Amino acid sequence: MIIDRSHPGVTTEPAVEVHDCTVAYDRRPVLWDVDLLLPPRRLIAIVGPNGAGKSTLLKAILGLVPLASGKVEVFGKPLRQARHLVGYVPQRESVDWDFPVSALDVVLMGRYGRLGWVRRPGSADRRAAREALEKVGMSACADRQISQLSGGQQQRVFLARALAQDASLYFMDEPFAGVDAATEKAMVTVLRGLREGGRTVVAVHHDLQTVPEYFDHVVLLNMRLVAAGPVGEAFTPANLHKTYGGRLTILDEAAEAVRRARG
Amino acid sequence: MSATVAAAFLRPDDWWTIATAAVCSVACAIPGCFLVLRRQSLLGDAISHAILPGLAGAFLLTGSRDPWWMLLGAGAVGLATAALSGVLHRRGRVPPDAAMGVVFSVFFALGVVLISLAAARVDLDPGCVLYGTLEIVAFDTLSVAGVEVPRVLVTLSVVLLVNAALVAAFFKELKVASFDPALATAMGFSAGLIHYALMTATAATAVVSFEAVGSVLVVAMLVAPGATAHLLTDRLGRLVAIACLSAGLSAFVGYLVALGLNTSVAGSVATIAGGQFLLAVLLAPRHGVGARAVARRLLSLRIDREDVLGTLYRRHESGAASGAELAWAIPDPRRAARAVRALRRRGLLERADPLRLTPAGLDAARGVVRTHRLWETFLSRELGLPLDHLHEASHRAEHFISPEIQRRLSADSPDTDPHGKRIPPREG
Repeated sequence: MIIDRSHPGVTTEPAVEVHDCTVAYDRRPVLWDVDLLLPPRRLIAIVGPNGAGKSTLLKAILGLVPLASGKVEVFGKPLRQARHLVGYVPQRESVDWDFPVSALDVVLMGRYGRLGWVRRPGSADRRAAREALEKVGMSACADRQISQLSGGQQQRVFLARALAQDASLYFMDEPFAGVDAATEKAMVTVLRGLREGGRTVVAVHHDLQTVPEYFDHVVLLNMRLVAAGPVGEAFTPANLHKTYGGRLTILDEAAEAVRRARG
Repeated sequence: MSATVAAAFLRPDDWWTIATAAVCSVACAIPGCFLVLRRQSLLGDAISHAILPGLAGAFLLTGSRDPWWMLLGAGAVGLATAALSGVLHRRGRVPPDAAMGVVFSVFFALGVVLISLAAARVDLDPGCVLYGTLEIVAFDTLSVAGVEVPRVLVTLSVVLLVNAALVAAFFKELKVASFDPALATAMGFSAGLIHYALMTATAATAVVSFEAVGSVLVVAMLVAPGATAHLLTDRLGRLVAIACLSAGLSAFVGYLVALGLNTSVAGSVATIAGGQFLLAVLLAPRHGVGARAVARRLLSLRIDREDVLGTLYRRHESGAASGAELAWAIPDPRRAARAVRALRRRGLLERADPLRLTPAGLDAARGVVRTHRLWETFLSRELGLPLDHLHEASHRAEHFISPEIQRRLSADSPDTDPHGKRIPPREG
């Protein structure tokens, strides 16, 4: 991919700044006081055990769940002014795959954001969607209804939709969950292409083995920020132990106490 | 067609009623499609029931039956139902179906109480609430461009046009927010806003339809046409179009049935819509019960034919001639005879007894045996299954191996299978 310096998000300022964010579900805090700076033009992994708040952190940055406190900036602006720079790939299970749309329709949805309200996608959008499908090797399946695709193909369609969004900053929630080895490899190639193009990708990732191979930067999370930084510095046995070693019983109990007291 | 005959006897009043039922049904079917896709069908039900206390409340508060007050009262309570069940679910941690069920049944009950209170002062008939007054729409008319048109038909047409225009204008927003609300919100199309816009359209449609057709038809038309269409297509645009057709057809056929049986028009139209749904469940091309049964039947016929081919190929291979083998492949003599007839029709078996493969039949049979032995090889080499486990498994699998899988199986296969039998080449 050619580096497009004119692309609005290609800068050196932080891609994301999370400032003292706390998020609660049903009054029970799931993320405590997270302070985070994510650099641009990197592939960034968010890792942590189940229930660590990884998806929640993505959703909080995207404004999909309310912040109990704190603020989030994307490329130095409030999210509201930077929405057009942001792409999102939700977890595969979060949508209804029986929905009556083709793979191409789903990819075309990636173009909706730039169209704004009411305007219909045109032939340029259709072309971009087909190109995106081509890049993930799914051209042959463009007209299939999406429930007829395998899990790996569905994830590729989601990735193609992200490409069609042509964002500067992507948030992906477990993009490699349940995909076959060939798909995983193809997807990593696409992600590297995005980085070459000056884009930033923040992905929730489960397989610790592949973190150093796939990603430049890592965020270790377990209800609070344990560590964040370049993989070489932050992805250490000590930090991993702090993230995964035993439940953070004090935070857990404190959260439960908060819920009980205010429930 | 009896429908055509009946249509010839319809009077103008009948046509006005049919038009009203059809316009109302289509107006409900449009938002209904999205309710069905969003798995919120019950919400349509809830909203249309909750209208009752809205109507009665508006009347008790203002003391007038001005349709605008009725519309406002009913719309407000309809939206309150959607909002309240949402809040109960999220804040009160009540399961969504229970939250909705409690809210709308209590609202409906409240409506019955209020209507009884109001009935002392004015003629509000609880029966009309259920069945509507479709039979008499032609007696209350407006003059539109010199033509006397039923008043409710005019208002329903306006609702239909508004619904159609809204869905046409916001088609892509409805699509993305229904399929992937998180993405929609992240893109700036607030899924919450779209949800409440859809609820408002549903409530307004239900309120306006209510007077003419009653709650039975509104509830049915919010769900049945969309559910029917969902079984028949897998593209959103076509789904909406099919739902509209299904709704219009229900109105026409339902009216004729009601005329013939001298029964409630709304009830009969709703029943026809349900009948269409049942037909779709049975006959839908891909998802239907009937289609799946046909596919299973075709598959079992093909398996029988392939088993006969395989057996004859093995006999040809060994030079032996034994009818018992065929009986072993297909124990049921009727099925065996049918498979033999089908193979003869296809020119794969010689017409004369004893059974012999034609050259084309030999090619087809070689393919079956080749797949069988390739699969045995795979099971033995890759899965390490013992020799006596291979035949049964391959006998089942041979019918399902696609050319693509066969190509991959044969990539580095030996010339003989694990039993030492030759794997026949693709070309004889």
